[in-house]
Amino acid sequence: MLYALCFLLFMIGLYCALVKKNMVKIVLGLVIMEYAANLFLIMVGYRLGGAAPILSRPPAGQPVAALHSVDPLPQALVLTAIVISLGSLALMVSICIRTYERYGTFDIGQIRRLKG
Amino acid sequence: MSIPLVLFVALPLGAAFVLPLIGDRRRMAASWLANLTTGALLILALLSLGQREVYLMGRWTLPLGINLVLDGLSGLMLVTTAVVAAAAMLFSIRYMDRYTARAKFLSLFLLMVTGINGVILSGDLFNLFVFLEIASIASCALVGFGCEHEELEASFKYMVLGSVGSLFILFAVALIYGMTGALNMTYVARAIRETDMNAGLAFALSLFIAGFGLKAALVPFHAWLPDAHPSAPAPISAMLSGVLIKALGVYGLARLIFNVFGVSVPLGWVLIALGVLSMVIGVFLAVGQWDFKRLLAYHSISQMGYVVLGLGIGALIAARQGDAVWASLAILGGLFHLVNHAVFKSLLFLTSGSVEMATGTRQLKRMGGLVQRLPFTGAAAGVASASIAGVPPFNGFWSKLILVMAAVQARLFALAAVTVLVSFVTLLSFLKVQRYVFLGALPEDLRNAQESKSSMLVAMGFLAVLCLAMSLLVLLPALRETVLQPAVDVLLAGVDNSITLVRY
Repeated sequence: MLYALCFLLFMIGLYCALVKKNMVKIVLGLVIMEYAANLFLIMVGYRLGGAAPILSRPPAGQPVAALHSVDPLPQALVLTAIVISLGSLALMVSICIRTYERYGTFDIGQIRRLKG
Repeated sequence: MSIPLVLFVALPLGAAFVLPLIGDRRRMAASWLANLTTGALLILALLSLGQREVYLMGRWTLPLGINLVLDGLSGLMLVTTAVVAAAAMLFSIRYMDRYTARAKFLSLFLLMVTGINGVILSGDLFNLFVFLEIASIASCALVGFGCEHEELEASFKYMVLGSVGSLFILFAVALIYGMTGALNMTYVARAIRETDMNAGLAFALSLFIAGFGLKAALVPFHAWLPDAHPSAPAPISAMLSGVLIKALGVYGLARLIFNVFGVSVPLGWVLIALGVLSMVIGVFLAVGQWDFKRLLAYHSISQMGYVVLGLGIGALIAARQGDAVWASLAILGGLFHLVNHAVFKSLLFLTSGSVEMATGTRQLKRMGGLVQRLPFTGAAAGVASASIAGVPPFNGFWSKLILVMAAVQARLFALAAVTVLVSFVTLLSFLKVQRYVFLGALPEDLRNAQESKSSMLVAMGFLAVLCLAMSLLVLLPALRETVLQPAVDVLLAGVDNSITLVRY
């Protein structure tokens, strides 16, 4: 169920990126897609009632950490993915700003010199 | 001799960080450093040809760490990348005189090479995504490098569709991790073989096909390419059309389908359908173009169709348990066409840059008779046009011939006919280029057009010689066995290829 909702969020982002006419909204759609993908990665590694994946000596009577902690790998992946998305977001926003300086609009309906 | 594989990533990455420190004032120093880097990469790539190696990052053992894998296919792609990068870099020394911010340009160029090499070598799905993003972001900044109206518009379009593609791939990687609990391609392949295909894996595979299809600009996903490739400076167009769409798109697709998921009959048909659509639609859109670089960009879509068609026929024969010789031939044709296209299309883009520099326009109708003023550029463009159209002694003819033979052997006669027809339309289209750009009467305002500088001519000459020399790759059995056949064997070995790699 949660996975389906996560995919729905992904599709909302995709819809926004492909249908909207305003450049800033398109960028926001892409950001929503990235959040959905990151959320999905986190959920893949989550375990209900799991502990933080910190390697330490378990208290007496408790099982070792690996058996009851959440999976740390997806969290590391998400950190990397966030850094990458920061880079691409910065580039996209700067392209938007430069385009606005040239065309004086964010409407991609009016920004169409390339055809054919 | 074994080569530390990490050099292929570390060398351009290191140079890319040093270049902005050199600054824009010492332009020649920056150019020299960049050219030395691409030259060194070319030598390293040639040395690594035909070897099989695994490099463990930080010496972490396999299920935990990240590895770089060199096999026949990666070796072939590395050499292709290095050849085109070296030529484009040499060309850009004088071509980029018109632009400011030389050091930043060179730095972005090398970052793009880093990303491409990383994608080719990566043995880990998430790592592949990271390198893919490095290459996409760098190439996107390069498309918009001129900061003029068209360039910014093309760059935005490219960035949006490229990001959608990357996010499809990221989502699919997450799904794969959820289904198999592994990210290393070897372990994923093994897990998929044990569990067989199920709905989740099929969904991940379709996301991968859409994502890599967007990167490769195969036909339903091609909208960004004809804008992005012409808008970039000419050496970058050469890199984008020559290497980037192949390494990020087709290589990723082939690696995942053949070596991770394993081929099946429906997958073979999907590849064939994508290939045929790209071939036919790309070439018919190209015929009506009057902008030189835009015409070349549409031909890129069409020629990538040939590559995917070859891979698709190979996958189909392999999945039907047909004769391995013909599957091998089809894949050989596809991969050989990939390498050929890298050489002749980058040469065509470099000549278009040279023409644009001399005349200040890209409109075919405003040119003519340039062979009198630009004899070397004209000769290079003639060689490349003959190659792409499949005129006999040149390399493009042999790869198309192999593809037609493979299609006939697979009893797909209609496909063979389509291949020949598309080749014929390509020939017509390039006759038009020759007629309007290099032959005919020289217009009054182009009487003083200048031939390009000598370093640019060396870069074009190098690629033009390769166009002819690469025919030997299939004609001489010894060369075929060392260069092309290992790459074909990697794909044909299918899922087993990655599984045997664990032993290293």
